[in-house]
Amino acid sequence: MSEQEKISQYSSPEALVTTEWLADNLDTVTLVESNEDILLYDTGHIPGAVKLDWHTELNDQVRRDYLDGEHFAKLMRSKGISRDDTIVLYGDKSNWWAAYAFWVFKLFGHQDVRLLDGGRMKWIAEGRELTTDKPSKAEGNYPEVVRKDDEIRAFRDDIAKHQPSPIIDIRSPQEYTGERLHMPDYPNEGAARAGHIPSAKNVPWGKLVQEDGSFKSLDELRTILFEETGSSPEDKFITYCRIGERSSLTWFALKYLVGVKDVRNYDGSWTEWGNLVGVPIAQGEAPGVFA
Amino acid sequence: MSASDIVEEFGMMPDSEKLQLLLEYSENLPDVPSKYGDNPELMERVEECQAPVFIAVEGSAESVELYFSAPREAPTTRGFASVLHAALNGKTAREITELDDDFPGQLGLEKLISPLRVRGMRGMLFRIKRKTKELLDS
Repeated sequence: MSEQEKISQYSSPEALVTTEWLADNLDTVTLVESNEDILLYDTGHIPGAVKLDWHTELNDQVRRDYLDGEHFAKLMRSKGISRDDTIVLYGDKSNWWAAYAFWVFKLFGHQDVRLLDGGRMKWIAEGRELTTDKPSKAEGNYPEVVRKDDEIRAFRDDIAKHQPSPIIDIRSPQEYTGERLHMPDYPNEGAARAGHIPSAKNVPWGKLVQEDGSFKSLDELRTILFEETGSSPEDKFITYCRIGERSSLTWFALKYLVGVKDVRNYDGSWTEWGNLVGVPIAQGEAPGVFA
Repeated sequence: MSASDIVEEFGMMPDSEKLQLLLEYSENLPDVPSKYGDNPELMERVEECQAPVFIAVEGSAESVELYFSAPREAPTTRGFASVLHAALNGKTAREITELDDDFPGQLGLEKLISPLRVRGMRGMLFRIKRKTKELLDS
């Protein structure tokens, strides 16, 4: 199956592009690189790409929240991004931070946003062109849009109301069971308790992608996300991880690849739940019961 | 070059150029000698960093040698390693163990790249100090 055939099987094939498609359409899209490593873009990026940093640009620096409509519009204009642009996002780490940025663009209702299948790693592995030249872009035309959290963002109080619908915990098995507080090799971001939200099923994000960083086929994704979790495409889903970035990738797969209509990302994730006073927590391999 | 020279160097830069300076440091991180390159298990992994970084500490109380290994696709982490190398390599054990624990914070990077990322550098410094003490005790 070719990459294009694989993508055409997904429920929203327009949300994902191949490296080949991108190479042919560099002149017509607005390309945005979003990485875990804040200097990686500066060492070389796909020609025409602008850099967008999640930590320092998409977050409000005082409240623990995303930008509001006014500041998002300012940010977009300063990057040369306009409301009717076709945005293609890509990044390091199999697109974790690109998927996170994708989700934030959708909080603001940006219509045409796409992910580059396989991200930065696949583009480089194929020997495609990189540059250190930064594009000089004219200021974008971006109106102030009210951020809409209801549809795709879950808050801590939504977790109890969501029962008994499926919750997907996409962290490593050790984080899920409570054996460790943070993912292997990563810093502890300050959760006081270890374990998972009771009833949540553990589907580590890495199960969704192939070795080259691109998504697995529709059939494989359906097996992993529905059969193995005992849920169906008609269910409502919530995804979470540590701070919401890896779970954005799973949120993306649920919504745009296997066609779940109602799926929200809980960005408070374990750094919030593991610190909340009095909420239920399950430890061990069993999902447990939310009570 | 000393740690205080580096704090001054970063302090003189406008914010817009501090990241460029860190990138230059990342490009100048010396390669590890082949005994470590071929045997990374001889080094200690810095778990506080998001990218895989390994450190090794050798030498004597009069002159401590530091080695860092970090992947090219993690330039921020390489930059941290390179700053610590420039500040501490060849210094006495005492100079290393007495360096202010807040040296990473003094570079003025937390606002620019987030405190969470700078925490990786704090982890590296903590481990260098501990391994330097171990070197003295051995």
